[in-house]
Amino acid sequence: MQSAVEVKGLTRVFEPKKKKEGKSVTALNKVDLRIARGELFGLLGPNGAGKTTLLKILSTLLLPTAGKAFVAGFDVEKDFTEVRKRINMVSGGEISGYGLLTVKENLWMFTQFYGMKSSVAKQRIDEMLAQFGLADKKDEKVRTLSTGQRQKMNVIRGFVTDPEIIFLDEPTLGLDVNASRVIREFIVDWVQAKDNRTVLLTTHYMMEADQLCDRIAIIDDGRILACDTPENLKKLVKMNRTLKLDVTSLKDTSKFGSLTGVEQFTFQDDAEKDQTHLKFILTDDSAVTEIISEVQSKGARILSLQKTEPTLEDVFIKMVGKGFE
Amino acid sequence: MTDTWLVTNLRAIRGRAYPRVIGSKRELSWLFFDITLPLLTVSAYAYIYKYIQAPDEFVGFVILGGAMTAFWLNILWMMASQLYWEKEIGNLQLYLIAPISRMSILAGMAVGGLFMTAIRASATMVIGVLLFGIVLSFAQPVMLILIFVVTMISLYGMGMMFASLYLLLGREAYHLSNLLTEPVYLASGLYFPVKALGFWAAAGASIIPITLGLDALRQLFYPGSGAEYGFLSVNTELAILAVLCVAFLWLSKYSLDYMEKLGKTTGRLTLRWQ
Ligand SMILES: Nc1ncnc2c1ncn2[C@@H]1O[C@H](COP(=O)(O)OP(=O)(O)OP(=O)(O)O)[C@@H](O)[C@H]1O
Ligand SMILES: [Mg+2]
Repeated sequence: MQSAVEVKGLTRVFEPKKKKEGKSVTALNKVDLRIARGELFGLLGPNGAGKTTLLKILSTLLLPTAGKAFVAGFDVEKDFTEVRKRINMVSGGEISGYGLLTVKENLWMFTQFYGMKSSVAKQRIDEMLAQFGLADKKDEKVRTLSTGQRQKMNVIRGFVTDPEIIFLDEPTLGLDVNASRVIREFIVDWVQAKDNRTVLLTTHYMMEADQLCDRIAIIDDGRILACDTPENLKKLVKMNRTLKLDVTSLKDTSKFGSLTGVEQFTFQDDAEKDQTHLKFILTDDSAVTEIISEVQSKGARILSLQKTEPTLEDVFIKMVGKGFE
Repeated sequence: MTDTWLVTNLRAIRGRAYPRVIGSKRELSWLFFDITLPLLTVSAYAYIYKYIQAPDEFVGFVILGGAMTAFWLNILWMMASQLYWEKEIGNLQLYLIAPISRMSILAGMAVGGLFMTAIRASATMVIGVLLFGIVLSFAQPVMLILIFVVTMISLYGMGMMFASLYLLLGREAYHLSNLLTEPVYLASGLYFPVKALGFWAAAGASIIPITLGLDALRQLFYPGSGAEYGFLSVNTELAILAVLCVAFLWLSKYSLDYMEKLGKTTGRLTLRWQ
């Protein structure tokens, strides 16, 4: 099956408004990317990384300076009409539509730009409003909505036309936990409901990328630094899983270092509290059970246990050289 | 999705016209401003004409002119800056990613604006006619409708062209709208027969579709007045208006395509505050 998105050597340079004044910005630098049909794909990157620029090119709003981009197999530069029939886009903080229209009228208006039959559109809008808990707002003016309600409406606007591929530019930007969760759950359910649905989203939220995405590309300064599943990305960081244990005083620690799955073992006796602190660096999670039974077989009791794993944030910091401010 | 291109685009036009149409129903404050205020201006001229004992036609001329003013103001202050505002709100990029002709969006705005303004203009007409006891002739209804339709298409074609150009000018564009308000009242003879300006000035003003449209409507509503006050014959004016119609529609499509291409190349079409 042909890819949902295919990008080859994609470069976008913005020239300054007036020549001589300012210098040109390379927002995308020879980007290669392939997103399969059915994927929920995330673009993770700091401010100014080029995420929005990539989405604009894919949604036919912007031309590449060099390279090629295909959406649903169509060239975004030449076959833009075919691309447009198959996509939609939602951005965080969007204030689209007309304030004096009601929520339902506003959504209906946007379906008309996709040539949807009114009766079909209205029915689908009602269903989706109910799904997002906005059914009671459907006859309210758009301008009376809160930020979260408004963004839910924007998300409905994007999905109601049943696109094959949807671009979401920071869809949960500035929303509270609840509103974000409703939107995230909707996105995951939507992709899974049918084979042919693809999502490309950008985000600043590590958790969002980690929980939602099948694959993630980390982008910085117009370049893709890594692209893989969240699990595989985490394996890239050398900072392994660590296990810290506080146990009642333990005399014999000779065996811990040689347990399978333990890469490194250190310990420290705390005579004052009559405790021993154990620290393991693990290559394999299965070592945890063996460590615990070893502690117990020596007659010691576990007082506290702490396990840490590399997060996507660690991956990001390692790749980009800095975290999010 | 077996609907044809035409059906899709007709739906898009209806969709974009909708907020205008419904908007005029929801915000009734315009009733006062957009009907009463133009009537005051028109009445002032009407009383002057009565006072100086100008021919009876003149009061009718000025009321027709007042009605047409509404369309010109709609073009200048709404149509022209519309795309710019759509860009600022973020609607423009949603229109641009939709699988429809860009002209449908502009056409939708035009239809909505035309509908809304037609109500105001008719109100001005009806009240003016009743107030001043004017008698208009409907002897040539087909020609009346034809002239009106062609005038409106070319006028709103011009508005669609302005909409694209204003996108280029950005926030500075309102200066241009200011510049084009009063002088056009003068040039297109909204309050007097344009013939009074002399042939060349009137010919120059004819680039604005309301000039000839208004002149023709006056001749039709007052049969026989053409010889003395008409600029060109009604038939000639209809022919010129038809040419303007095609020209402005073509120019608006051309400038819109140009703007979109420029926007895709420079990346400025979808940015706010530019
Ligand atoms: N239309 C434009 N004209 C000039 N420069 C631009 C334009 N659009 C983007 N840029 C520049 O290109 C770079 C990438 O911008 P882009 O908006 O793609 O970043 P982003 O990853 O979406 O950032 P953010 O997380 O802040 O949204 C930035 O340096 C930005 O200033
Ligand atoms: Mg962005």
